[in-house]
Amino acid sequence: MTTLRIRNAIKQYPNGAQAVKGVSVDVEDGELVVFVGPSGCGKSTLLRMVAGLEEVTDGEIELNGRVVNNLEPADRNIAMVFQNYALYPHMSVRKNLAYGLKNRGTPSDEIDRKVEEAGALLQISEFLDRKPSQLSGGQRQRVAMGRAIVRNPAIFLFDEPLSNLDAKLRNQMRLEIKKLQRRLDTAAIYVTHDQVEAMTLADRIVVLNNGMVEQIGTPTEVYSRPATTFVASFIGAPPMNLIPGELSKGQLHIGAHSMPMNSAHAGPVTFGFRPERAHMNGAASGLAVEIGVIEELGAHRLIHGRVGDHEVTVAQDAELPPPDGRMMLAFNEQDTHLFDPDTGARV
Amino acid sequence: MAVTEIDSSAETSGTTKAASADNRPRRKTKIFDHVVLWLGVLLMMGPIIVAFTTSTFDHVTIHREGMQFGWGGEFVETYKNVLYQEGGFTGEVTGLLMTQNSLILGLGFAIGKIVVSMLAAYAIVYFRFPLATFSFWVIFTTLLLPLEVRILPSYEVVQQLGMLNTYSGLIIPLIASATGTFFFRQFFKSVPNELMEAARIDGAGPVQFFWDILVPLSKTMMAAIFIIMFVVGWNQYLWPTLMTTEEGYFTLVRGIRNIMQQMIGADIPEYNEALAMAMLAMLPPALVIIIFQRMFIKGLVEQEK
Ligand SMILES: Nc1ncnc2c1ncn2[C@@H]1O[C@H](COP(=O)(O)OP(=O)(O)O)[C@@H](O)[C@H]1O
Ligand SMILES: [Mg+2]
Repeated sequence: MTTLRIRNAIKQYPNGAQAVKGVSVDVEDGELVVFVGPSGCGKSTLLRMVAGLEEVTDGEIELNGRVVNNLEPADRNIAMVFQNYALYPHMSVRKNLAYGLKNRGTPSDEIDRKVEEAGALLQISEFLDRKPSQLSGGQRQRVAMGRAIVRNPAIFLFDEPLSNLDAKLRNQMRLEIKKLQRRLDTAAIYVTHDQVEAMTLADRIVVLNNGMVEQIGTPTEVYSRPATTFVASFIGAPPMNLIPGELSKGQLHIGAHSMPMNSAHAGPVTFGFRPERAHMNGAASGLAVEIGVIEELGAHRLIHGRVGDHEVTVAQDAELPPPDGRMMLAFNEQDTHLFDPDTGARV
Repeated sequence: MAVTEIDSSAETSGTTKAASADNRPRRKTKIFDHVVLWLGVLLMMGPIIVAFTTSTFDHVTIHREGMQFGWGGEFVETYKNVLYQEGGFTGEVTGLLMTQNSLILGLGFAIGKIVVSMLAAYAIVYFRFPLATFSFWVIFTTLLLPLEVRILPSYEVVQQLGMLNTYSGLIIPLIASATGTFFFRQFFKSVPNELMEAARIDGAGPVQFFWDILVPLSKTMMAAIFIIMFVVGWNQYLWPTLMTTEEGYFTLVRGIRNIMQQMIGADIPEYNEALAMAMLAMLPPALVIIIFQRMFIKGLVEQEK
């Protein structure tokens, strides 16, 4: 079944700014959907509309088959984890977890049981009587998740929950969030601007740009068949190389080089390839790249160079000898991408 | 006064710590700091000490010889008189009653101001209503209209409401506070918005959010404002003089004046009693400051948010 349906949601702020311009997304039961996009693209706004913290200007939010547009956040059966955790500073961890339950009139023995359970699940049992200010960032993060868990919500909403943590802890917590979500088997929306987080966590990714959906798909789909140049350059690190070219009669021309391309399209196109999906076959033919700077990253190296006026980056296994001066690139058919240069859409 | 002392000593310890690499100049500044501090203490405490010692002499001596520095031995007698002797025109007021009146005024004034300004600030910061910002600035401009400026209309309103010679008439017209509203507004604005949103998701309504979250978070802020407002309320003179004509409502500050006024005929005013009453009048504000001072400073230094 579908837990959440967002239908054509529009959000216009009172100052006239349109933050969400008609977005439709479904979240299936137990699914973890990640909203990813650059800062200011409207992902928090969309999440907050689901939470009920922002009014929906137009469209519908349907949770478990019930339109919730006009329900208060507390009546929607959602739970949210905020970027700054938003723990109540003057309450102990235990009270933080219990507060929502208490407000709903849950009997106190049940509250105690749920709090203990969540504490054990998140390994914060020993901190239950501390104040949030006496906890580390990672522990506060756990408390924030605990507060979400005790409510047994239909859906978890995470708004960049890891961005206040250092890199190492972030990787660890990322994994834990995923495990926890699997274990609880509850649908979740996770908002982030970090494409690595998106790729690793998501069952499905929703790539947002400027208040609109660019692409919805599994991480693999989004990575290997980006729907637009925006997705191509946003997902993947380093991003996909994009070079203008000309397509005619099944041949792609880039500068002096031409290669066969199985496409009926003709005219100017944007040619894209992933840095890690180009071969340097040592042959005399191929796409010629003037090599500039080389970065050694341990397991592999990044070779920055130019094709005509355009910067490209190629990743190479560090075991191989580094190229020098000039290299020729060849591609497998499925690793090449063509986009319309005007609309940016895949052709 | 206690507060300023604590402040400056905290500052000096800060600077001495910073300069600890070099010992000599540090020592010099330390001595200098202490000299300055002691001068300050002397300047502020001197008159109070003299007033206290003088209050232990009998009024004839004071009248003849002026202020006294030693111990006059009339301490118990004088202070007992001040507290328990029934005086005034009607012969009904005692120092104790006036202390009680002063306490009612000071507490009512401080608590009333905190309650009203917290509620006003809560409305301004957390609720979207038409002209919210405008109403804030209207409240704020009342700073330009202190009591002294609007005393006649205020008197008339209180009089028409029949609240002359009542505690409510004494307190209520004074408890609207632009300063308090302003401080609480700034404080509420610094509370992260997510806290309110988290509370909303947790099912707390506006009243619950205010009571369960904002009030506990504002504790130190409330203590700070309480100190200031209690002292201001306690020291009110003009307003109580106008609002209350019955002696049963007299405050300590007015009592001092009453004693001094007795210079009718050959009577020598009871200087010792007036001074004793001044000492008594100083005691509660000083106590409030000493008791709340730690919270006050904590409120200024660390923020539990
Ligand atoms: N309360 C608000 N009033 C007006 N505009 C807002 C408000 N909140 C966000 N916006 C605007 O809406 C857009 C999307 O914001 P947001 O959803 O926070 O982006 P993201 O979370 O993707 O970084 C931004 O351009 C932002 O400036
Ligand atoms: Mg955001």
